[in-house]
Amino acid sequence: MTPAHRRTAVLQWIAVHSLAIAAALFFVLPFVFVFLTSLMTDQQALTRDLVPDTWVWENYAKVWDTPGFLTWWRNTLLYAGLGTVLTVASSIPVAYALAKFRFRGQRVSMLLVIAMMMLPPQVVIIPMYLFWAQQLDLSGTLWPLIIPLAFGDAFSIFLLRQFLLTIPDEYLDAARVDGCGELRALLRVVLPMAKPGIAAVALFSFFSLWNDYFGPQIYASDNPAAWTLSYGLESFKGAHHTNWNLTMAATVLVMAPVIVLFFFAQKAFVEGVTLTGVKG
Amino acid sequence: MITDTLRAKRRRSALVAKRRRTALRTLAFMAPWLIGFAVFFAYPLLSTVYFSFTKYDGFRPPVFNGLDNWTYVFTQYPQFWPAMRNTLWLVVVMVACRVVFGLGVGLLITKVKTGTGIFRTLFYLPYLAPPVAATLSFVFLLNPGTGPVNTLLDGAGLPQPGWFTDADWSKPALTMLAVWGVGDLMVIFMAALLDVPKEQYEAAELDGAGAWQRFRHITLPNISPIILFAVVTGVIQAMQYYTQPLVAGKVAAGVIGGSGQQFEPGYPDKSTLTLPQIVYNTGFQRFDYGTACVLALVLFTLCMAFTALLMRRRGGLIGGGHR
Repeated sequence: MTPAHRRTAVLQWIAVHSLAIAAALFFVLPFVFVFLTSLMTDQQALTRDLVPDTWVWENYAKVWDTPGFLTWWRNTLLYAGLGTVLTVASSIPVAYALAKFRFRGQRVSMLLVIAMMMLPPQVVIIPMYLFWAQQLDLSGTLWPLIIPLAFGDAFSIFLLRQFLLTIPDEYLDAARVDGCGELRALLRVVLPMAKPGIAAVALFSFFSLWNDYFGPQIYASDNPAAWTLSYGLESFKGAHHTNWNLTMAATVLVMAPVIVLFFFAQKAFVEGVTLTGVKG
Repeated sequence: MITDTLRAKRRRSALVAKRRRTALRTLAFMAPWLIGFAVFFAYPLLSTVYFSFTKYDGFRPPVFNGLDNWTYVFTQYPQFWPAMRNTLWLVVVMVACRVVFGLGVGLLITKVKTGTGIFRTLFYLPYLAPPVAATLSFVFLLNPGTGPVNTLLDGAGLPQPGWFTDADWSKPALTMLAVWGVGDLMVIFMAALLDVPKEQYEAAELDGAGAWQRFRHITLPNISPIILFAVVTGVIQAMQYYTQPLVAGKVAAGVIGGSGQQFEPGYPDKSTLTLPQIVYNTGFQRFDYGTACVLALVLFTLCMAFTALLMRRRGGLIGGGHR
């Protein structure tokens, strides 16, 4: 490298990294301000100060002890946890059939899966609500949200199918020649190889249920004992509507599990995002 | 001769039996989805169509009223056109900002040589923030009186908009929130950019092409399917925009959330109304299920039109997963 080349390389390095740091500030500063405010006193949170004078860690204890907060945690864990298990278990066989079988109507089924994936829940919510609330009297619980997850979820089916397509058919053929039934082939051969895909689908499902606001609003809004964190958080703000410090502390507590989970499962998650867009 | 026909017959019936077994097997594997599709989608969708032609409040039985709800929505319903206009605004501005910014950050991250992992994680994290939590944070950050953003703008001697409390600034504020969570697009663009063949860049460089020319003539054509994907999925997301504008409007208006209190969405001045919100409001707060079903079907039609576009892109979403 000539000195001139080296100089451009160094300049480029500096330019790229300055830009990256500027972008990083844009992405990180909101978290920082939220966190700093969560540690202010009630009075200071209403001023223009950016940094707390005294760091009030008790704000977190106060939020934690708010009536209902623990119930919302339990409900969220039930909804997101059980919902994820049901989604994954019911989506796997469907994704497997769509990826590895040949049958009439396969293309149409796939088109319908994609169409459903793109549809907002509001489209069918009125008959669905009447069905669950009036006919089955399950309003005020999370069951109208959890039960349908036992019947496959379009996005999970799509993502899993994309992943299963990358597993070569030869493995399956070998299993079939050895006298494996389809179910055994799926359980013994395909599932162990599809672990990263299943992990990605489980994570996506968990995150979207954890974040769901519309569902709990429809079915659980009349009964605070059935609220989830996403739904309760906003009412929390209402209950303390000038206490930005406590509201921000609650916000941090709702964001934290998602971010911690991400650090443990970063690879699976990023792989899943890529799978939705690139390997179409 | 008899044995021959018998054998052929037996072979044929064995074949039929095998086909039946395969069909049953397929049916068994597809069962969860088939049941789910019929019970939780097809049947309710047909009901939505039926209710859209009735006057229905959920208590008294539905009464057929022809096209009344439909003409009401398109000619008189005060929430409908503001919601459609907002959606158009979001589709044009918010989606464009997200795609351009996502591509920019994706490019940037492929050029970063030091600390790549840290930068990527930092850029990605906001995407994971739960929508309600992220929206609450942004209403706080953009609080016109005491929020950190206006404090910083003040310090820099710049004008301080009213953000979520000003009808002209509420959608730009929502756009900032959406751009903050651009991590999903960043990852998709990054993967696509890394897939562009290196030789093409080397050849162009030998021909003396500058950085912009290489971007224009090599990068863009190579990633154009991904750009289309990002635009179409972005448009669908914009049409479904629900939680963020609703929560932002509620919190900025100072409404106490949760049970009991009714909220007329769209604060300030209908500037944050979207179609899904008025489906909810019309159905579950005004108890006008007939009109709500019309709105749901408008939403359905819009989403389906763009989904069709998405599925027609080259290689299609269902083209298969061969790398």
